[in-house]
Amino acid sequence: MANIVLDKLVKRFGKQVAVNELSLDIKDKEFVAILGPSGCGKTTTMNMISGLLKPDAGTVQFDGKIMNSMPPGKRGVGFMFQNYAVFTFLSVYDNIAFGLRIRKMGNDQIDKEVREVARLLQIRHLLSMPASKLSINDMQRVALARSMVVKPQIFLLDEPLSNLDAALRNVMRAELKRIQQELGQTTVYVTHDQVEAMSLANKIAVMNFAVLQQYDSPHNIYNRPKNLFVANFIGSPTINFFDGSYKGGTFSLSDFSNGKLTVSKENKKMVDEKVKGEDVVLGIRPEHLKLGGDKDKNSTNLQAKVVSFEPLGSKTIVYLYPNGNPGLILKSSMDSDYKPRIGDVKNLVFEEKNLYLFDKSSTNLIFRFGS
Amino acid sequence: MASIRLNNVTKTFKNTTAVNNVNLVIADSEFFCILGPPGAGKTTLLRLIVGLENPDDGDILIGEESVTNIHPSKRDIAMIFQNLALYPDKTVFENIAFPLKQQEVPADEIEKRVTDVAKQLKVDWLLEKLPSQLSGGERQRVAIGRAIVRQPKAYLMDEPLSNLDALLRLEMRVALKELQTNLKETFVYVTHDQVEALSMGDRIAVLNEGVLQQVDDPSTIYRSPNNMFVATILGNPPMNFLQCSLKRDNGSVMLEHQTFKLQSDNKEVLGLLNTGNDSGNVVLGLRPEDINIHHAQPKEKSIQAQIYVIEPLGSETIVDIKIGENVIKVLAESDFSGVSNQGVWITFNSHKLHLFDNESHKCVYHASEKSKFEIV
Repeated sequence: MANIVLDKLVKRFGKQVAVNELSLDIKDKEFVAILGPSGCGKTTTMNMISGLLKPDAGTVQFDGKIMNSMPPGKRGVGFMFQNYAVFTFLSVYDNIAFGLRIRKMGNDQIDKEVREVARLLQIRHLLSMPASKLSINDMQRVALARSMVVKPQIFLLDEPLSNLDAALRNVMRAELKRIQQELGQTTVYVTHDQVEAMSLANKIAVMNFAVLQQYDSPHNIYNRPKNLFVANFIGSPTINFFDGSYKGGTFSLSDFSNGKLTVSKENKKMVDEKVKGEDVVLGIRPEHLKLGGDKDKNSTNLQAKVVSFEPLGSKTIVYLYPNGNPGLILKSSMDSDYKPRIGDVKNLVFEEKNLYLFDKSSTNLIFRFGS
Repeated sequence: MASIRLNNVTKTFKNTTAVNNVNLVIADSEFFCILGPPGAGKTTLLRLIVGLENPDDGDILIGEESVTNIHPSKRDIAMIFQNLALYPDKTVFENIAFPLKQQEVPADEIEKRVTDVAKQLKVDWLLEKLPSQLSGGERQRVAIGRAIVRQPKAYLMDEPLSNLDALLRLEMRVALKELQTNLKETFVYVTHDQVEALSMGDRIAVLNEGVLQQVDDPSTIYRSPNNMFVATILGNPPMNFLQCSLKRDNGSVMLEHQTFKLQSDNKEVLGLLNTGNDSGNVVLGLRPEDINIHHAQPKEKSIQAQIYVIEPLGSETIVDIKIGENVIKVLAESDFSGVSNQGVWITFNSHKLHLFDNESHKCVYHASEKSKFEIV
């Protein structure tokens, strides 16, 4: 059993609070990603879990036991850092065997374990090679093998894929997920890349400015983000936001000239109840924001001008300025054969159920229509 | 406004051929992207056009005039570097005005041209500031302004956006593309980012290890890559490759994988097998978005497989599928659900597959509406 509980963790560096009362419950065998921009406190949190840093307040518990004073070497955790420091003077085999030899495991057993983990990571063909001759991509796998072979119950990874080229990152993401599913280690994975977090984790802890924003499954974080920050941070291209005010069943959107959106009969009562202040932010994701003419089903009278588009092969991203605000860029994800003309004016086409409604002053989600 | 032509240009450094017999024509007023991985030779190519390097072989022409022996300062090309190189002790106005002062343009004309360009790039309210007081995006625009004000024959940019954060990169991409459309000038834009190349280029030159792989518009390169390298460099997730063998079977051709068989009666495909040779190994290429997953066995012929792992990305889901010994990636809808090792069935868009030669990796066949393979 290897569950991790963080209870109101605090870490300060001088006057700056790097982690501000973080509480997190990571269950046995879970893959949890700590996600956020640079400086949000994710690495500091990881370092407190590992024991490299001592918390100023709060506790780190493994299986109910408080670990605050336990040195990192005795916590039974495996590490994988961004700069993985493979021993260049040893062969790949000896690199991987290193941790097992320190633990005084028998040679036969070491051989079995090393070969098994090399098979999992597809580096069996490299075992006799001197580590100094490895490509960056292969070094990555050796570092991973070295951490995994000691079978730690808890695995801590800090942006392990960021030095890899895009092609290998794609492959390694799937491999990592599969391996963790097979081995069942509780894994904490720090990253600033939301694609990695979404694809790998059972749960994501989103952090910003030392504070936990939301802790939930990828699906819930994507579909029910707690606030504007989370909604904007997850999803690529990023979500579209419209400023507006609400009165008597209608949203008035300031980014559009004459931008009015009437709430459906089914939802009007709920919106009336839940919208307290007048100022709101409406959100809609690019894959739900389509473009068309004013006669299309689900067309609105909101108009925007095409300013650019990205044909990505599998889809086309269209960039537009709303007709009331040329300082705002809207993104619409259309089919790969969609070819707009720069300067065309389009009507925004979307269903009410795909809208998110946020309170402007608190930035919190009021609700997601259609949920 | 000018075209740029490279004829048989080669450049070698010690033991490395950085640019290998490149033949390229960049049309007047084109937004031309040079795409390739680090070390491909893109920067060297740019430096050869500007004149900071001299070719060991071949000729470079700007506007149909040979410039191979002409000093960079006289080629009338503006280059924007990754690190911008703004003069830190000069104001925005002085930075943009600098090339005009060098050319001894009269002061009132300088005033007009600099102010016009600054307005165009929305930095006119920053004219008295120093570079250190500007944001990354503003500095970027000042560097571009300094290039525009010279009214050069062409603009060369070497990964100008790679130091910017994601949001700013997007805004600058849109701004640069808009600018080029308005200016109608030749832009040569080097990048390792395939999304940038696909979204900005009128045409893209794909470069690898100094050798030109393919030059075409983005759509053609994506749909009809010349070889496996080009097929991989565009598209995310990249194209899947499967080892197969091609066999003649009476009047048809069979494409066989460890776990499935495809068949085609098309004459073009029959021609792939050399006379006297009834079989050969090929590599089958299929893009993730051209493969469909079904939870239940569909009516049409399909291939059995298992889910290896699922990667939910929010707007869509990548499903890694095990077919025999291979794992391939498939793009599925965002609400796709399943578990590892679950059995699924695969079909694909039969007019979208590609076949590559096993040794040379060159593309030997692109399927189309008229010529396709069907699952047997």
